[in-house]
Amino acid sequence: MTGNTIQTLPGSLSAAGHARGHLRALESEAIHILREVAGEFERPVILFSGGKDSILVLHLARKAFHPAAIPFSLLHVDTGHNFPEVLAYRDAVVAGGDLRLTVAHVQDWIDDGRLTERPDGTRNPLQTVPLVDTIADERFDAVIGGARRDEERSRAKERIFSLRDAFGGWDPRRQRPELWDLYNGRHAPGEHVRVFPISNWTELDVWNYIEAEQIVLPAIYYAHEREVFLRNGMWLAPGEWGGPVGAEMLQRRQVRYRTVGDMSCTGAVESAASDVGAVIEEIIATRITERGATRADDKLSEAAMEDRKKEGYF
Amino acid sequence: MGETTVTEPKLPLTDADRPAQSGVRGLLRFATAGSVDDGKSTLVGRLLHDSKSVLSDQLDAVQRTSAARGLDSPDLSLLVDGLRAEREQGITIDVAYRYFATGARSFILADTPGHVQYTRNTVTGASTADLVIVLVDARTGVVAQTRRHAAVAALLGVPHLLLAVNKIDLVDFDEAVFDSIAAEFDRYAVDLGIGEVTAIPVSALHGDNVVTRSARIDWYTGPSILEHLEQVDLSDTSGDGALRFPVQYVIRPRSEQYPDYRGYAGRITAGTVRPGDEIVVLPSGVRSVVSSIDTADGAKDLATAGDSVTLLLVDDVDLSRGDLISGAADAPVPVTEFSATVTQLADKGLRPGLRALLRYGTATYRVIVIRIEHLLDIDSLTEVDAPTALSLNDIAQVTLRTVEAVPVEEFRPGGAVGSLLIIDPADGTTLAAGMVGDRRSALRHRRTADHTERCRPTTGLLATGTASDQREAAVPSANFPTPGP
Ligand SMILES: Nc1nc2c(ncn2[C@@H]2O[C@H](COP(=O)(O)OP(=O)(O)O)[C@@H](O)[C@H]2O)c(=O)[nH]1
Repeated sequence: MTGNTIQTLPGSLSAAGHARGHLRALESEAIHILREVAGEFERPVILFSGGKDSILVLHLARKAFHPAAIPFSLLHVDTGHNFPEVLAYRDAVVAGGDLRLTVAHVQDWIDDGRLTERPDGTRNPLQTVPLVDTIADERFDAVIGGARRDEERSRAKERIFSLRDAFGGWDPRRQRPELWDLYNGRHAPGEHVRVFPISNWTELDVWNYIEAEQIVLPAIYYAHEREVFLRNGMWLAPGEWGGPVGAEMLQRRQVRYRTVGDMSCTGAVESAASDVGAVIEEIIATRITERGATRADDKLSEAAMEDRKKEGYF
Repeated sequence: MGETTVTEPKLPLTDADRPAQSGVRGLLRFATAGSVDDGKSTLVGRLLHDSKSVLSDQLDAVQRTSAARGLDSPDLSLLVDGLRAEREQGITIDVAYRYFATGARSFILADTPGHVQYTRNTVTGASTADLVIVLVDARTGVVAQTRRHAAVAALLGVPHLLLAVNKIDLVDFDEAVFDSIAAEFDRYAVDLGIGEVTAIPVSALHGDNVVTRSARIDWYTGPSILEHLEQVDLSDTSGDGALRFPVQYVIRPRSEQYPDYRGYAGRITAGTVRPGDEIVVLPSGVRSVVSSIDTADGAKDLATAGDSVTLLLVDDVDLSRGDLISGAADAPVPVTEFSATVTQLADKGLRPGLRALLRYGTATYRVIVIRIEHLLDIDSLTEVDAPTALSLNDIAQVTLRTVEAVPVEEFRPGGAVGSLLIIDPADGTTLAAGMVGDRRSALRHRRTADHTERCRPTTGLLATGTASDQREAAVPSANFPTPGP
């Protein structure tokens, strides 16, 4: 089963009846936001990486426009260091036939000299330029992402509709106050708006919803055995991007991923949680934020995320 | 689509099954407000820390920074310090949103820093709040900023106000100090027409009465701040009254399976809807009947305020984004001129003659500012003479005129009905946000209505007003819409 069908099996949230639960309120809010995008923009696109947050956004979009097709296309910035399981998932979703996917390969930008490989091999920061270029080339005016405000401190004040200039840049002064549920998506030609429909969800909300809606995720989100090595306190998977090196030693561990970004900087956590319920139990027990646990690039500096956002990163 | 109802299968998960996480008594949205140095960051940090909502890596970072600054114990205000750097650099201050959950509820906190842009931020943060915590320093008591924050909360119709009398340790936990601050604030709140005020003595720094009740403040027998947040009554009245359903998008699959499907997608802003209900489409006035309520999870027998659904109508009606589907029995009358209480949010001020765009519901109209009636002095909520143009953070009463008739109606607390934006057509800037009607006189009316039944046991401790009706049910509509000149 791929993630591109809406699950209305037992366990669907609808079965909560008229109980106005928290998840249901979050779902209604996200659907409202996605429909605003469809109503206000000409060329909206969903950033779709095959990661759980983007899978969730896609699932919500299907629900928002049911029984019609989603009026958005998909965009993936492929660093070239993605997990094969995640790419396979992405391709299975598109194989459903009703979605158009644009892939921007970071490798293409490196090949023709628009970008230079970093000495540490990490390509996460290199995504920005291909993203912004592709948004401009395709004239996307709304770019929908799965970022959440609870992920990281500088995201806490991000708008649901976040205005970006022609260079993808985020100017704090131009961000509009958002009151009630009135979202202002107006922008000048060349500018675009990033839209975050699951801003108000926490990691636990996401997993509870995945369980309730029986949303299928790439298998690497659940415990599996994998060859990994330790770097900066994180379990990394080996790959062409450059690891392990020196004294770093490959070992077999039972791990799962909490986020699935570029392989060079996305760490796994040791875990025995092999299904959604177990993951939820683990999250409740864990006291480490998703990003703190598994994103090397956020550890670079406290202001890391803020800086990249100003450059047009998500 | 038929009117079939999907039989709902047995569930592995309902929110009630997971009382340890979230949702049993729903979600509370609240905002914090206080002057600089009253201890707001410390309070919020303490709330997150003591409710075990701080994750270990975040706490490690705070401990490292605190140690680097030579502090003995971690400075919890650092947990929420993201905005402080901005403040010091003097750039735009924003509302930051934080999330935590306890066994009883999930919380979304809109953290609004005290700053020159306070009104803009407080209005934004409070616009969706069920409750506002107003912080005062026990040594200084109620100051101008305190009154402003309370006034903004009142204007926006926030149903609950919590006065946190902080730094009570610095006044030797003195009951008399607390009582006099609580009494002064309460008098002001009554003046404003605020329904319910709760006052709590706290020491954010030491944790007294933030999450757990303090043994050191034995004369106080009420709840801690967190207990109050967990218990405060969230009875939701948005489902009462007639249906309001701004159409966001028309769903037309034109597929083999659904050749003739035509559904109107939106989120119910007030009332409820059932198949068979009579509706009227505004502004056209065309009438029809709801044939079914569709969702991706199947058709529904009933949907209520807050639900995102798709309505199908019996008749083939010409309907598009921006139209309002309303219950037929009690529909708003579209007008071309009306009065609104607005907050100026951008530098380019509203002034008579200004042409702009009006966002109301899902529709956008051309609008012209006819008059600024008066400014509200937000220290006292009294009316002062109108300036020639509004300045950032001003709250004012204005008269607006549109070309096409708009089905506006009196603002309702929560803002799902009666809220608006005024947008600069040149660059899309949100110039002002507004509430249809005259909010100041609406409060005044409520205050007179409340006055007789509200006997005030304001003897400190828990200064709680009558909880009977915190919402503004029956505001006389005399002020609205304004008659033309
Ligand atoms: N003694 C005492 N000091 C406090 C208390 N709450 C905050 N403070 C101190 O007051 C100062 C300002 O607090 P902060 O939280 O940064 O204020 P903010 O500007 O409102 O966010 C800091 O030095 C805090 O340690 C309290 O309850 N008791």
